[in-house]
Amino acid sequence: MVETDGVQGVAANANPTAEAPSAQAAADADMGVEIQQAKKPEIKLEDLFEGMDSDDDDFLGSNNQLNAKEPAVEVDHDPSFELLRIYYQRFFPWRYMFQWLNHSPVPTNDFKHREFSLWLHNDAVMRYQSYATSDLFRKDVLRLMPRRIEIGPVYTADPIDRKSYRNSTAFLPMAKELCFDIDLTDYDDIRTCCDKANICNKCWKFTTMAIKVMDTALREDFGYRHILWVYSGRRGVHAWVCDKQARTLQDHQRKAMASYFEVVSGKAGGKRVNVRRPLHPHLSRSIDLLKEHFQRDVLEAQDPWASPEKADALLLQHLPDVELREALRKKWDASPGRTSSSKWADIDALAQAGAVGAAFDPKDLLDAKQDILLEHAYPRLDIAVSQKLNHLLKSPFVIHPGTGRVCVPIDRRDLDGFDPLNVPTLQGLVREVDAWRGGGGGAAAEGAASGGGEGAGGGAGGSSQEVKHVQDWEKTSLKPYIEYFRSFVTALMKDERAAGVKREREEDGDVEVKAESLDF
Amino acid sequence: MNRIDVKRRNVVDHRKKQFADPSYKETQYPHRLSFYSTPPTADITLEQFEQWAIDRLRILAELEACSFRNKSPAETALHMKPLLDKYLPLDASSSGHSQLHAQRQKDHYSHFILRLAFASTEDLRRRFNRVETMLFRLRFQADDSRERAAFVRTLNLDWEPVSEDEKRELSLQLATTIGFGYGKRAQQVMDEDWCKVDWMRVPDLIEGRKVYVKGGKAYVPGREQQSMVLNAFTKRLEQALEQIAGALPRLDEDDRLTPILNHLSKNFIAPDSSYTGSGAAIEGAEISARNIDNLSQHFPMCMNHLHRSLRRDAHLKHFGRLQYTLFLKGIGLNLEEALAFWRSSFNKVTDDTFNKEYRYNVRHSYGDVGGDSNRRSGGYSPYSCQRILTERAPGPGEAHGCPYRHFSLENLTTLLRASGVTDRAVLHGVKEDTESQKFHMACNRVFEHVHKTELKRAKDDGVMTAAQLETIVHPNEYFKRSYLLKNMDKQKEQGDVKMEG
Repeated sequence: MVETDGVQGVAANANPTAEAPSAQAAADADMGVEIQQAKKPEIKLEDLFEGMDSDDDDFLGSNNQLNAKEPAVEVDHDPSFELLRIYYQRFFPWRYMFQWLNHSPVPTNDFKHREFSLWLHNDAVMRYQSYATSDLFRKDVLRLMPRRIEIGPVYTADPIDRKSYRNSTAFLPMAKELCFDIDLTDYDDIRTCCDKANICNKCWKFTTMAIKVMDTALREDFGYRHILWVYSGRRGVHAWVCDKQARTLQDHQRKAMASYFEVVSGKAGGKRVNVRRPLHPHLSRSIDLLKEHFQRDVLEAQDPWASPEKADALLLQHLPDVELREALRKKWDASPGRTSSSKWADIDALAQAGAVGAAFDPKDLLDAKQDILLEHAYPRLDIAVSQKLNHLLKSPFVIHPGTGRVCVPIDRRDLDGFDPLNVPTLQGLVREVDAWRGGGGGAAAEGAASGGGEGAGGGAGGSSQEVKHVQDWEKTSLKPYIEYFRSFVTALMKDERAAGVKREREEDGDVEVKAESLDF
Repeated sequence: MNRIDVKRRNVVDHRKKQFADPSYKETQYPHRLSFYSTPPTADITLEQFEQWAIDRLRILAELEACSFRNKSPAETALHMKPLLDKYLPLDASSSGHSQLHAQRQKDHYSHFILRLAFASTEDLRRRFNRVETMLFRLRFQADDSRERAAFVRTLNLDWEPVSEDEKRELSLQLATTIGFGYGKRAQQVMDEDWCKVDWMRVPDLIEGRKVYVKGGKAYVPGREQQSMVLNAFTKRLEQALEQIAGALPRLDEDDRLTPILNHLSKNFIAPDSSYTGSGAAIEGAEISARNIDNLSQHFPMCMNHLHRSLRRDAHLKHFGRLQYTLFLKGIGLNLEEALAFWRSSFNKVTDDTFNKEYRYNVRHSYGDVGGDSNRRSGGYSPYSCQRILTERAPGPGEAHGCPYRHFSLENLTTLLRASGVTDRAVLHGVKEDTESQKFHMACNRVFEHVHKTELKRAKDDGVMTAAQLETIVHPNEYFKRSYLLKNMDKQKEQGDVKMEG
């Protein structure tokens, strides 16, 4: 027990507030056991997180038992911890995270009363943590080394003292970004390239389509402007809508919004798209946005109806008119191996050739085809995430434990350029920063263009006198992501300040005038 | 409680103020309709107090009865007209009626008296709010359109009318939200009175994608505006009633008003009074987990369907479980048996999953866990038809709701046939009932068909009183009546056998 000082410190700290992710894990007795076992010297990061492939929101993940049995690790000596420590110390954008949640340069209650929940390595979850400043936040994270940080709502009072409020009305969630979660596992019935937690560039296209549709609708329909898309580290994305109005939405409004966006519902196998005609403008616009993707990224890339069974379940079943269905079935049986694109084209071809029953209505066919398109390309949301004010969501820039990738924000202007398999990883970052130091300009990471240039000009890394201080993240491929995040946060803060001036009442035109007059 | 508007208080010299009697400006009633935001302040006699309240109560009770009988709005209006004229007349400002002020005063005062009488319990508040909203809707619809518009303007609902130009510009988008079918849409768009509101104010319209939204503003067509006014009415009344409920214990009242108020609220007991677990239990019936299959023959279609779905899938979704659990609780299944029932029914899940995901819900429904208030009130009460019909339509894969309302005719007929209702005349009647939205009627029709022999005997023997043969408006009532009717026979036979022996 003597050697495990660090761990004990954590455990003792965690105990009062820790809430185990499942009933079995992290009972006090368990913790004791863990600590005693905590002497395995070498554990690789991958081993440590083995079985922890659930990406998000799996509060009750079935793997907890497994993890709980795994020994807690000595914080100070393990190499993988060292990596995580380096990351939190040198790469994590504390300042911008703080500004993002605080909406102002000086600490406000938006930050002070915000719940953070830290997932520790012994699988305990410390909920209701809050910090007065970004420095305290950083310090605590460095002390506890959480493998995952989640962000909750802003409460009416400081979450850390929540037990001391006598009546429940004194401590209520007040504001949180409106969040959306898209997860590729929800596409498993139409993904042919990968399944479960695996992804590739082909099926990532589903996410790209989803982001396009959601982003457009949130901006055009609801008038939101500050939407941050964040890669969840493995197989999904999160949206954080940060506009003030979105943050203060009540549960019933969030619920309404979520169902406004929900089109594909129910279980795989049945008819999953039920929309009214005439189509709502949001849907017809989405169809326009998705048309091209549907042809290229779904029909051609995925070929979802290659097998006769799939073609039947996903396509034929949804078409009107028995005779048309029969004609198509016959045709496809006659030429096996027909691609999905050809099958899609066959529908219209046969319908026009007159292989239809007497009661056939071309409008029904069009409707059915629209439904099929929506089922295959429209965003599939995990609406539970969006409905509740007090739902926790993984913070941007944490490391996904399973893949080691950083949960980086995605620039919506360059959606197609985003490659989820190529985002910075923990190990990669450390390598990059080492290379930069060692090689000066030449070997610098490509992302750190300016840093590299300066380094080359000085001839050696040491001549930092005339060069302004280069932060570690600027030396790595994390740079563009943090810069994007910074510009996002700056724009958000600017709007927030303007809102403060105009007292949230006047028209948009007024705001700009006032903001300007403030600047001069 | 509602504070007296400062402006309405007569200004008295502050030096004399402590000796002055409070006196208020006389209330003005510029509009026929009212949101009842200011309480009355003038004196009335005790007789007036009681009489006015009783008159209004009569109207409200009749309205509620109309809704139970599923009368259409037009039928209700027709039915209510003579009654309203008699007990609670309210004429338009343009009528120039000499009694205008007196009418409006009576309406105003009686509303506030009943607020006092019905604020005490959640159940009463909900019912009072529902019928008051019905009354308001009735009057709102009957109101002169110009006066109505003037009234709506005074509500400060923050609406912005959509200009003709904007209508034209957005006519394609707006047309998609105006209704079913194609045709002369563009014209319809121009004819309709559209208004823009913040989308947060109409979440229910957003939820079903019923309106067009742009830049955070929802474009609401005229006919939905009515529902917005009604929503605002309901919401404000709800808040006001809750405030009153909070203040009631402090109502330091002598013995003049309290007996009247109590008397009034007692008279407001109607068919959907809640069932509690113990009260509805039937003597002699074996209500246990393993007997449910057998008892399910007495279940109304909604519960029957839930039971079938449960047996078929070994699973029910959340709201199905909730509706069914509460019903079972209502027929007298106790918590242990309920847990046993659900455990054995969900035979595809492990004990672990069951304990983790389902057990709590069942216990919560019984008031075994949950907040203090939940435990004290013994959980939720079983859903009445009213609630099943109006709250939460089932989505795909869900089995709750009312089959007569939420099923397609095809599925309904299949279900009825599967439950042994094959008589063509009955099926046809059910079809007509559901088409005219009379879901109770359909359900009662099926009940009468299934129990026709027993009912006849019961009537002949005079076993059941007329009250007991009224329209069923609660699933638990259906079960109780069905069980009693079917077993009236058995008990009698047993009795006979005994006597012979």
